[in-house]
Amino acid sequence: MSDTLSIVLFSGTADKLHAAATLAAGAAAMDRPVNILLQYWALDAFRADRIANDHGLAYDASRPRFNEPVGEVGAIPWLETFRMAKELGEVSILACAGSLEVLGIDASALDPLVDSSGGIATFLMAAEGGQILFI
Amino acid sequence: MSMVESELATLTAAKVVDARGSACPGPLLEAKKGIGAVPVGNVLEIWSSDPVTKTDIGAWSAKVGHAFLGTLPAEGYERVFVRRSK
Repeated sequence: MSDTLSIVLFSGTADKLHAAATLAAGAAAMDRPVNILLQYWALDAFRADRIANDHGLAYDASRPRFNEPVGEVGAIPWLETFRMAKELGEVSILACAGSLEVLGIDASALDPLVDSSGGIATFLMAAEGGQILFI
Repeated sequence: MSMVESELATLTAAKVVDARGSACPGPLLEAKKGIGAVPVGNVLEIWSSDPVTKTDIGAWSAKVGHAFLGTLPAEGYERVFVRRSK
């Protein structure tokens, strides 16, 4: 089995982005290649002009917390954790070309943390033989 | 290859990483970052107030091929020792 950890990152709320970033950084620290595909709301969160915004919490959050800005819940350092992951190991972040099209985003508008845009076959080839998680 | 406390207390680390106040995965990431600055055969010391760090650093050492030496208690934190093996 391949040592590569692949993550399809679909969700765009800070809690889920952070869960994915933690897994990516941990795997990178343990010398495992990490392969991330950004789709839909995760892709939207990686727009260069919005990446530093408050991305809120998932519906799973209890109602009183859900209505609070993330800053009041406690800072969720997802962006910093992704930066560390890329600094520490072999972490590739691919923007799903189909999602770019659906959301009307140009690849050039994404944060430099995103390496490139590509199709599903490119992601699946890189993921082949390893684990794939969907977040 | 873990060492007893009296042996750990005599170690001189080539680098000390202060990760106190940082939660998982912070101390692990700091250890990964710090080990690069330690010559092979020398010791990295990580300070952490997160109780899972020692177990995590043990797992990380086994995976990446370094020697986890053990921990020493300190005031409100632990000193975790790893010998860089490659």
